[in-house]
Amino acid sequence: MLLKKLSEAFGPSGCEGEVRNILMEELAPHVKQWRRDALGNLIAVKGSAGGLRVMLAAHMDECGLMISSIDRSGLLRFRKVGGIDDRVLVSKHVIVGSKKISGVIGAKAVHLQKPDERNQVIPLSGLYIDVGAKSKEDAEKLIKIGDYAVFATEFKALSDTVVVGKSFDDRAGCAVLVEVLKDEYALDIYGAFTVQEEIGLRGAGVAAYAIEPDLAIVLEGTTCSDIPPSKEYGYCTTLGQGPAITIMDASVICDRRMIAELVRIAKDHDIPLQFKRSVTGGSDAGKINQTKAGVPVVVISVPCRYIHSPVSMLNLADFHNTIKLVKLFLKSIAEGGFVL
Amino acid sequence: MKELIKKVVETYGPAGSEAQIRELIRSEIAPYVDEMRVDALGNLIALKRGGGKKLMLAAHMDEIGIIVTHIDKNGFLRFFPVGGLSPLTLIGNRVMFENGTLGVVGAEKLEAQKDLSLNKLFIDIGAASKTEAEVKVGIGDVACMSREFADLGTRLVAKAMDDRIACAILIEALKAVRKPTYDIYAVFTTQEEVGLRGARVAAYDITPDLGIAIDVTRTGDTPESITMDVSLGKGPTVKIRDSSLLCTPSVRKFMEEVAQQNNIIYQLEVLEAGGTDAGAIQLTKGGIPAGVMSIPCRYIHTASEMVDYSDVQNGVKLLVGIMETEFKG
Repeated sequence: MLLKKLSEAFGPSGCEGEVRNILMEELAPHVKQWRRDALGNLIAVKGSAGGLRVMLAAHMDECGLMISSIDRSGLLRFRKVGGIDDRVLVSKHVIVGSKKISGVIGAKAVHLQKPDERNQVIPLSGLYIDVGAKSKEDAEKLIKIGDYAVFATEFKALSDTVVVGKSFDDRAGCAVLVEVLKDEYALDIYGAFTVQEEIGLRGAGVAAYAIEPDLAIVLEGTTCSDIPPSKEYGYCTTLGQGPAITIMDASVICDRRMIAELVRIAKDHDIPLQFKRSVTGGSDAGKINQTKAGVPVVVISVPCRYIHSPVSMLNLADFHNTIKLVKLFLKSIAEGGFVL
Repeated sequence: MKELIKKVVETYGPAGSEAQIRELIRSEIAPYVDEMRVDALGNLIALKRGGGKKLMLAAHMDEIGIIVTHIDKNGFLRFFPVGGLSPLTLIGNRVMFENGTLGVVGAEKLEAQKDLSLNKLFIDIGAASKTEAEVKVGIGDVACMSREFADLGTRLVAKAMDDRIACAILIEALKAVRKPTYDIYAVFTTQEEVGLRGARVAAYDITPDLGIAIDVTRTGDTPESITMDVSLGKGPTVKIRDSSLLCTPSVRKFMEEVAQQNNIIYQLEVLEAGGTDAGAIQLTKGGIPAGVMSIPCRYIHTASEMVDYSDVQNGVKLLVGIMETEFKG
């Protein structure tokens, strides 16, 4: 399963090669024209209809860690790459560096903590990655400063519809985009698998600058908050209630005409649909929207619980409905059913 | 001009939902410009030909507002702000949706006044149930403040003086200018309140030789106010800096000279916090000389923003002067 492969791939911001290779292999039978730009964005080009230029974007990178120093004892100190909650780090399995060394994030055991320490989140300075090395020299045989680490999480199905794995933000979006690109459309389609979203939407901006799209669709694995202690009015999206359309977030206000067309399509084809009910956070859409003379954008997300943690959860019905909705939207654009 | 001001300030148009205000401005300026178009972000870009360099004038059409995020079973709406809104200014205020639906802002029971925050507030549109509410309003719908324009004589009060007063000034200047020395791109921009977004893409497309934003600025002339040497009634300002830009010195000098040559009173403005479209224009492509003319305004980002009518009239004069004077850089 592609989602499993993508979820388990090693690809923090700035180190997206493995994800890129999986995507290229998967898309090879369906896409003739590629390019890889200076920042590492993978751009798949389909069609030469000379019509509207549509950019579809999903980011390949995930939040991770970077090794910043190695102690004399062989323990690895690290910094965060992207917005990981400090509280979810301790005691997790990780994979480090290109040799994929296994390690665990260690900290002082509860027995040794002072009473006030037990009430605090362990700061990064109190955490380290332990790969079982005996000394600095021993560790350096396996790992260099600057190597990345990601959570070691296996993809797993909890039921017929619910799966868990790491980095559904945004490997879910990547998997949706792959499926969408397997179809043909009478449009000029630019499938952009972007880099460095988690550290500042950096890949998408330069990709959009080069593509100059007439409109763009950003595919995300977005946050769910249908969980305690959120009150219902604080829910952002709800698992199992269909693809989520962003109307506004901290980086963008989505195009109302595109939203209206998506709502119409969902209604006509009985696809469940929800709006993202929070306006915090940003996405690649913010950068694309502000490119050159401006690009109308919309964000369509697969709702995911527990993103930016070692394990995220999604509903496969939401995932498949997102693919269906995006394909129908592209067909509607190609048939002129929707004019900007 | 007061009639025009009343129309533009009372019209609906929060960031991202500028269609109604854009249509009003389009009809106002149509007889006075040579070309008009609307770009991908909804900016209204009007060209008045005078030959010579390209002058971009930016006044933002959008105002602050709220966006609906949830409708509960009893028909109450929860919301997030669109732009910089303080909960202090909201309780008891009325809001207006694009379809004309009115709502009142209410608050949950608060143990103490300091517990007040936006997520303790809700909007009541008079619906008794979720179903009844959804006939009028949906999730993602956006509302602005609802408040009538008031003419206090010299002083004018309304919602959205920020930045419709500048829209009105730009409209009047387009009507009044006789000998434009530029190809004037009058841009009524979108989404300023959420990050100067309309001006950024418009400037990219136009690539002006000179960019000037027209906006409102804070004042230091009310009891126990911030320290700021700007007052109502002492003329429009020539901005020196705000959080988004250091105005290009040659542009500032040019604007001061135009004011002096035309005997228009003006004030110099150093704004500690806040940004303007000029910040986005200045950083376009390889860089663009940029400045700002501001209209002093009290109670910014509330439903009762106050300006002085003489500042507005002097603002029109200064803007016409700018349009008719060559910027030598």
